[in-house]
Amino acid sequence: MDAILLQLLNGLDKGGAYALIALGLTLIFGTLGVVNFAHGALFMLGGFCAVTIHKLLTVSRQVKDASVTFFDSYKEVPYLQIWFGDTGMRIIDYAVPLSVLLAIPLMLLLGIVVERGLIRHFYGRPHADQILVTFGLAIVLQEIIKAYFGANPIPMPTPAALSGSADIGSWFGLAQPLDYPWWRLVYFLFSLAVIAAVFAFLRFTTFGMVVRAGMRDRETVGLFGINIERRFTIVFGIAVVVAGVAGAMYTPILAPDYHMGMEFLVLSFVVVVVGGMGSLGGAVLAGFLLGILQSLASMNEVKNIVPGIDQVIIYLVAVVILLVRPRGLLGRKGLMET
Amino acid sequence: MKDTVRRDVLKGMGAIGAGIAAPAFFIRNAWAADFRNNPGNAKSITLGFNVPQSGPYADEGNDELKAFKLAVKHLNGEGDGGMMKTLKPSSLKGNGILGKKVQYVTGDTQTKADAARASAKRMIEKDGVIMFSGGSSSAVAVATQSLAQEMGVMFMVGLSHSNDTTMKDRRRYGFRHFFNAYMSGQALAPILAQEMGKDRNAYHLTADYTWGWTQEESLKNATEKLGWKTTKAVRTPLGAGDFSQYITPVLNSGADVLILNHYGKDMVNSLRQAVQFGMRDKMVNGKRFEIVVPLYSRLMAQGAGDAVKGILGTANWHWTLQDEATKVFTKSFGQEYGEPPSQAAHTCYVQALLYANAVEKAGTFYPPEVIKTLEGFKFDGMGNGPTEYRAGDHQCLKDVLVMRGAAKPNGRFGLLEVVKVVPRKQVEYDAKMGGGELGPYTV
Amino acid sequence: MTQNPSRDLLLLAGFSFAVLAMPLWMAPLGAAYPDLLQKFAIYGIFAIGFNILFGLTGYLSFGHAAFLGVGSYTAVWCFKLLTMNVIPAVLCGTAVAGLFALAIGYISLRRSGIYFSILTLAFAQMSYNMAYSVLTPITNGETGLQITRTDPRLIDTAIWGPSTIIPHTNLFGIPMSGYTGFYFCAVLLIAAFYIAMRIARSPFGTMLRAIRSNQTRLNYTGVNSRPYALAAFVISGLYAGLAGALLAVTDPLAGAERMQWTASGEVVLMTILGGVGTLLGPVLGAAMIKYLENIFSAFNNQTLHAFFSFLPDPLEDAVVAVTHLFVGEGWQLTLGVMFMVLVVFLPGGVMEGVDRLGRRLRRTREPSTPVRHAATPSGTT
Repeated sequence: MDAILLQLLNGLDKGGAYALIALGLTLIFGTLGVVNFAHGALFMLGGFCAVTIHKLLTVSRQVKDASVTFFDSYKEVPYLQIWFGDTGMRIIDYAVPLSVLLAIPLMLLLGIVVERGLIRHFYGRPHADQILVTFGLAIVLQEIIKAYFGANPIPMPTPAALSGSADIGSWFGLAQPLDYPWWRLVYFLFSLAVIAAVFAFLRFTTFGMVVRAGMRDRETVGLFGINIERRFTIVFGIAVVVAGVAGAMYTPILAPDYHMGMEFLVLSFVVVVVGGMGSLGGAVLAGFLLGILQSLASMNEVKNIVPGIDQVIIYLVAVVILLVRPRGLLGRKGLMET
Repeated sequence: MKDTVRRDVLKGMGAIGAGIAAPAFFIRNAWAADFRNNPGNAKSITLGFNVPQSGPYADEGNDELKAFKLAVKHLNGEGDGGMMKTLKPSSLKGNGILGKKVQYVTGDTQTKADAARASAKRMIEKDGVIMFSGGSSSAVAVATQSLAQEMGVMFMVGLSHSNDTTMKDRRRYGFRHFFNAYMSGQALAPILAQEMGKDRNAYHLTADYTWGWTQEESLKNATEKLGWKTTKAVRTPLGAGDFSQYITPVLNSGADVLILNHYGKDMVNSLRQAVQFGMRDKMVNGKRFEIVVPLYSRLMAQGAGDAVKGILGTANWHWTLQDEATKVFTKSFGQEYGEPPSQAAHTCYVQALLYANAVEKAGTFYPPEVIKTLEGFKFDGMGNGPTEYRAGDHQCLKDVLVMRGAAKPNGRFGLLEVVKVVPRKQVEYDAKMGGGELGPYTV
Repeated sequence: MTQNPSRDLLLLAGFSFAVLAMPLWMAPLGAAYPDLLQKFAIYGIFAIGFNILFGLTGYLSFGHAAFLGVGSYTAVWCFKLLTMNVIPAVLCGTAVAGLFALAIGYISLRRSGIYFSILTLAFAQMSYNMAYSVLTPITNGETGLQITRTDPRLIDTAIWGPSTIIPHTNLFGIPMSGYTGFYFCAVLLIAAFYIAMRIARSPFGTMLRAIRSNQTRLNYTGVNSRPYALAAFVISGLYAGLAGALLAVTDPLAGAERMQWTASGEVVLMTILGGVGTLLGPVLGAAMIKYLENIFSAFNNQTLHAFFSFLPDPLEDAVVAVTHLFVGEGWQLTLGVMFMVLVVFLPGGVMEGVDRLGRRLRRTREPSTPVRHAATPSGTT
């Protein structure tokens, strides 16, 4: 019982990451009609935003320290600590949540630049072209990060207050204490918050209404005299921001390295297709479902029945859904059904 | 004509290659008793350094390359000579190898067996290397070692820890200096039993490839002989990233030791996540829960950060050892690059020097002679104490280091500290162990 | 679309000559060593087959690396179980890959467009994961499947007795490594090119082009397009299997990485780089990418300095510092930039560029419609 509960929680926070990336992908595909193979790289960039900000915050001065006995006897003391003492240390401690705040404008800017400079020229082009150019972009982004940060994963610290684990067992009234890391729970709640924010934006603002209308039927929106293309830049920017903050908050769980984008990319596409291409709710739902499925499938009991199931379960589900119900879980009937 | 235009396009594109490429057309000598890439009367010879320059071990590959360049420098008589001064017995004269200047070419293994073989083939067929070395993955090592045997060019293994490289998949043309999983198990198990007691239940999380399998097997056997029980051994896909789904079952399985048979990126993530799940603070079966990482590397420890504090593991070499050779090498490397060498760098440097030494001693580049010289070679002064290159399996037998993550890290580079230098006698084993056959001298 | 048999023959002859003479004219480019030449031929075959599905029929598949892998593993198992002679290995590898393609194609082709692509992607990743960790007794996981001295090799041991050394792959005694291996692959490449040419010129090829231009309309005219698409899928799968088997013939080790979806991505890039829908394009693209991968990644600071040594020192250092990012360990950056530039400016690939150059040289006043995806390839290619 508690094993299942734990794996469920694992699936939820992993699913949160999938859902956020898939959300961005669906936004871009549903509104702009562009298949964006660079989305995984954007997730990775969000993670490295956090790394950069952490590095900036911990810019240190080399203090001669005799207690360090070998190899350049100095110790590095962050400037923030020198100037602000304890408050400085606390700022450094909370580097990851702070980086989310700073990642938003950075990723927004990047999204606008990419959209204006590149994606805009590919609206009418066939999907194959879009896939290629965004794939090329993903490789370029990856390589730039690798050239600058190196190939090693860079660990990011959790804020000290949240670095322990919570006793879930007592929350659910279980007899045995069951521990689960705080930060993963925080991440799950954070992903829910971001998803809610995006949905609220789409539901309660005029801009969002136009976007939703455009996702449903772009031609008619154009016939109403609304220039939807001007709004595309903002939509792309929002999608990039979502991916970026997802990446930034994920760094304490998974040390970011230049290749993590590609690994998340394939799964995200599978999630989008399972949820229904063009359906935001579907993408989110599918993200969580597939995350939970993957975690449950890697339970030893399950693996004893079908060895290796955890490797292929997501793809199996995707294949089945694509064959049986190609519009996905929540997609609209008739959309891209051939 | 279209064909001409096409050819012009290609030629224009290849202009850069034309300027840089080494003599492309290697014409083999027709007469007998010859060997591939025979330097003949050439003034220089080329060594090939096949290291991971992309992929998960790229940083280690970078370190290996640095060490190789330093070795070439020292062999050519430049720099401060490094471990050439401490190697005993040494035939090295510091004027290249057999009077020929040492040059090198580099290749990228991408930590993939296919790419590594392609890169090695390029170095052999195009650049005419007389020996190639490097690598950070056992799968790559095994793949390139068999290529070395096929093509008749010697391969000095870089970092490879799997037993198979000198057991099941041993080859006449391959030599390994780095220690292996069996030696790790033999060295680590007594220390574990000493520190954690003999009544322990171990849960293994193993990277699903040859190194993980042999590491798990070796440590399992070694600990079970001392009274431990193995609760479960689970395979994790290489490069998994998020290990939470594998870690959560551990807590309720009745095990009180978690053994992470992971390396590189896997180790960074699995260790940090295990610590995040609060495993270090648990009490199971009345004992403190412990985590063990059988193979350490300083670069990976840097990646894992605070999580390594107090965790036991093994290593081939560490720069804080106090013997003369280590100090000389660390100083040399440090002056050149500003940071201490990792164990990957150390083993690659040593391999390059040992090869050069064997050639000097044999007086020829002819591989069968060099191989015979290297087989059974006993030496000292390379940082591991008295070492023997055993003839039966081409494995270096030497002392093994048991390491622990420092509770108070001493600067950026002092993340690990040596707990014990386990003497060679404790980790030795019969050459026939593991099966496999070396193969012929001439191919 | 005018068919010109004599022009086709000329193209075939020219192509054959160029391929067979590769060791000569590749030498100044530094690409004349056997391994790279073999890779050119093998990936050329792979790309030609892929082009039949993508360029002619219009279906973008990300799963072809799986067929390459299946071909390789089958071939190596043939080497281990039957004989080191390459003929059974090539035949079995191609056949098994074709069967696998039939199974996957049958399921995947129930959808089209982006759904089809994602389906093939899912299958490819599934196959890769299975080969990597689940089916390790068959595939030996990451280390790769190798030949050992003590393999059964039933046919060989029946004729010559057990072997004393690890044997080499051979074609009735001729060892398949080095230049002989390349010539074997080159002959098969020419044959593959010829078959592809015949397919493109045949009514079957016309049907495939019809599927690509508008499948719905084709269905409305009463033609059942599914069998044609499936046939194209299986044919490209056969090509991929052949390429995989040849990989094992020239280098008898089958690693799992050749089944990753990024390997599929590589062949997509090769085809697009060369020119989708053209005949020569895929081969060109394959050669260029393999050249970049092997030669570019070998450049390091040493070679760069040697190349730019004619510049004054500070300029030389600056230039090396910049170009260093694009070669050696950064060669993938060059790859990424190249794709982006190509897709933006020259979507028809190199062949489109050559076409445009050719047209400008010939100074014919043709309407300057970009030859994108070469729906009706003008001229011979």
